[in-house]
Order: sequence, then structure tokens, then C-alpha cells
Amino acid sequence: MALLDSIPWFLVFTSLGKTIFLVFLVVLPMVSYTVYAERRVSALIQDRLGPNRTGFPLTLLGFKKDFSPFLGGLGQPIADAAKFILKEDLTPGHVNKPYFWLAPALAMMPALITLSALPFGSEFMGVKMVVADINVGLLFMFAISSVGVYGIVLAGWASNSKYPFLGGIRSTSQMISYELCMGLSAVPVLLVAGSTSLSKIIDYQVHEGWLLLPITDGKLNLRELLLFLPMVLAFITFTISMFAETNRLPFDLPESESELVAGYHTEYSSMKFALFFLGEYTAMIAGSALTVVLFLGGWHLPFIPDGSHGPIWGAINIASFFGKVAVLLFFFIWVRWTLPRFRYDQLMKLGWLYLFEIALVNIFLTAGILAFTH
Amino acid sequence: MQDYLPILLQVVVAVVFAVSTLVISVVLGKAARRNAMKDSAYECGMLPMGEAQPRFSVKFYLVAMLFILFDIEVVFMYPWAVVYRDFLVEHGSSIFWSMLGFVAVLTVGYVYAVFKGALDWSK
Repeated sequence: MALLDSIPWFLVFTSLGKTIFLVFLVVLPMVSYTVYAERRVSALIQDRLGPNRTGFPLTLLGFKKDFSPFLGGLGQPIADAAKFILKEDLTPGHVNKPYFWLAPALAMMPALITLSALPFGSEFMGVKMVVADINVGLLFMFAISSVGVYGIVLAGWASNSKYPFLGGIRSTSQMISYELCMGLSAVPVLLVAGSTSLSKIIDYQVHEGWLLLPITDGKLNLRELLLFLPMVLAFITFTISMFAETNRLPFDLPESESELVAGYHTEYSSMKFALFFLGEYTAMIAGSALTVVLFLGGWHLPFIPDGSHGPIWGAINIASFFGKVAVLLFFFIWVRWTLPRFRYDQLMKLGWLYLFEIALVNIFLTAGILAFTH
Repeated sequence: MQDYLPILLQVVVAVVFAVSTLVISVVLGKAARRNAMKDSAYECGMLPMGEAQPRFSVKFYLVAMLFILFDIEVVFMYPWAVVYRDFLVEHGSSIFWSMLGFVAVLTVGYVYAVFKGALDWSK
């Protein structure tokens, strides 16, 4: 019984509640509607219609009419999910079975686990809106998200087929190269905020103004004005490496359709294929959320108090956080349908020669400004 | 350790989610009908030719080695960055010059790698 008493039940239940809220009520619906938004926005950009019909088939339940909500097509993600589950689930004979099954799960899990260090709101009914408020939050997110490489490499290797194999090795060197730039471009933020705890980084921005928009606290001094340039540079390098980390266009060489069929998931079908998809979009959301935390003030909006002033403000904080994430996701989609894909040597040159050097110089620019202005 | 207990719970939730979606699709999905074509590697409808895992450029290996070198540099920078402002207040700007020295040494290695062509993929 001593073991049962030693478990902090209140902590277990609140954090389970937060996990379930974050994963199943916010992020996974957001993932499926990002896929839908991707199809609609790409249609908009290419002057097509996109999926605009699928409603909810209420006639199956005995109603007279199907329900097709306002804009149409809003039932599409649910139909997609049902289709993925019901499709023929084939494991081809030539693959390495255990790893072939492990790979999609490994692509999905790290993206979900990184979310646990994310402060997605200030405070709601006296509970802090972060699943685990650890003091090495930033390092934790980098460390776990880099495990995502294994899912893709294993998929490429276990498929025992040429195109997945090429996609797998391409993605390894792409992801580790840009991980370097990503790590370096987060250092200026740490220099200014002085902590790797994501909640502390947000606290700093609440009091001193967002790092990318230092005017949000209502005052602006010379140091903040000087720091604006390195912060913009850090934001740009960070965003570019985040695009590469999540294998999004213009960096989607691991799965470039026109040369590698579908890259590392060529041999996959049904739900195993869908897990790669979910993993990619969850990683996109986690990456956008990290950008919001580091540069755009997290849940903070000017003139809106934090959640200790009442649950309604707490709810607004959560909504503003995910609002900012949604804006960045739209940016992801916009870029994808605007830019063409890089060649592999251009990709490596951009990562190792330009971004690496800019990020390194940027660190000393920030450090110099901090050291020599008082 | 209590800070990390919620992470353990999140890991459990993630594992349960990934495993259950795979199991659901096995249970509810159509049973696979096999044939010889489905059991061979996909090569755009042609019969597979040559090795399934062809030889590939040694550059991928070089990138992995350089990554380890420079990633350690990044890891060194994190604690430096966290204590930077407090250290400045107490001891002045020596912390800035010491890190500049450390990176200058590494830059020699980086410049060597660049001029050696280790990062040039167009050749």
C-alpha cells in the first residue's frame, strides 16, 4: 500500500486530462483539418475547387437529408480516416516485417511526445496549461523530435526496395544537417531569455515584449531595437530549418514524387501510410508551436491578462496560442504551393554553407549586443 | 522526478495511440489478397532490377560524421547561452571572448571541410 500512497494522484489525473485535451481534442483534429486546409488552399492557389462536397451522411442514421455544412467538404477528414482504416492492409512479401511495422509507429510517436513540454496556455482554473513543465523544455523538444529520423530511415531500409531506400538515406542527411542549423538558431533566444524552460521564455516575452515584435509590452529601448535584427535572422533560419526538418516543400526530397514515386513510404498502404502522414503533420504543428513559443510570445496577446484573472482569460490564452499556430500552418501550406523543390546539392549547400554560417554569426551578434550595450 | 511523470504518461498515450490505430486497421480493414506482383518491390510496374539496396555516395557518411562534430559544438553552446547574462553582470565580457575563441578553433575545422569539398555535392 505504501506504493499506492506514494503516487501523486492529483498530478496523474490533471496531467492525463491535459494530455488527452491536447492530443485528442486539439492536435489530432487540427492535423486532420490541416490536411483538409492543405487541399482547399492548394485548390485556391491553383484555381480549382478542391474537396467541397463531403458532408455528414445522416441518411444512414434514418434522417431525411444529409447534413452538408456551410462551406461544404467539412466532412472530408472523417471520410478520409474511415477510408484509411477500411483499406486493404498489405504487408508485401519482400519487406523486413518487424521493422516495416515498427517504422510508422516510430514516425508518429516522437511528434506526439514532443507536445508534452509545450506550454499551450497560461493557466486555467489554477492549473498550468503545460503537460510537463520541465526546466530543459527546449532541449527535450529537440531531442525527441530528432528521434523522428528513425521512423523514416527504418521505413526506407525495411521496405527492401530502391525508391524507399533512396528516400530514407536522403532524409537522414537532410534532417541531421538542418537539425544543426535549428539548434544554432535557437541559441540567440536562450541568450536573451536566459533559460531553456519554455514557460520561462514565454514569461520573459510577456514582460519584455515578444522577441520578434519587442513593441508588444508598450516600450522600446535601444537594446531591444538593436536586438531586433538578430532576432529576425534567428526567426528566418529557424523557420527554414523547421521546414527541412518536417520534410515539407521546398525540402521534400525524401518523398519527391516526380523522382522517387513516394520516397520512403512507397511500399506502405492503409493505416500504416496514414501514420506517416499524421506524424508529418503533427511534427508540423509541434514545430510551429515551438516557433510561436520562441519568437511570437506563446499564448500572450497585448492587453489580455493571463489565466489567473479568471478562467475566461485562460481560455482566450489557449485560443490565441493555437490561433498563432494556425497562422504558421497556413504559411507552411502557402510556401508548399508556391516554391519548387530544391536539387540535392542546393539543399546541402543551403544548410551547411549559408544557414550554418548565418546562424553562427548571429549568435555572436546577439551576444555582442548583450555584452556591449548597457 | 515528479516533473517527468507527466512525460511518462504522454509516452504511454502516444504508444497506445500508435499501436491501437495499427491494430484497428488490421481488424477492420479488408484482408489482404496476395499475388506475386504485390509481393515484389515497386518499380513503376516493371519487374525489379538489380539489388534492392544499391550502393550510394560516401558523402552521406561524411555528413553524418560532420554532424556529430558540430552538434557537440551546439550542445556546448546551450549552457553557455543560459548563464550568459548573469555572468556578464558579475564578471564582465570575458565570457563573450572565451566562446569566440572556442568557435574560432572549430571554424578552422569547418573551413578545412569546406575547402576539402566534403560539403560540395555537385561533383
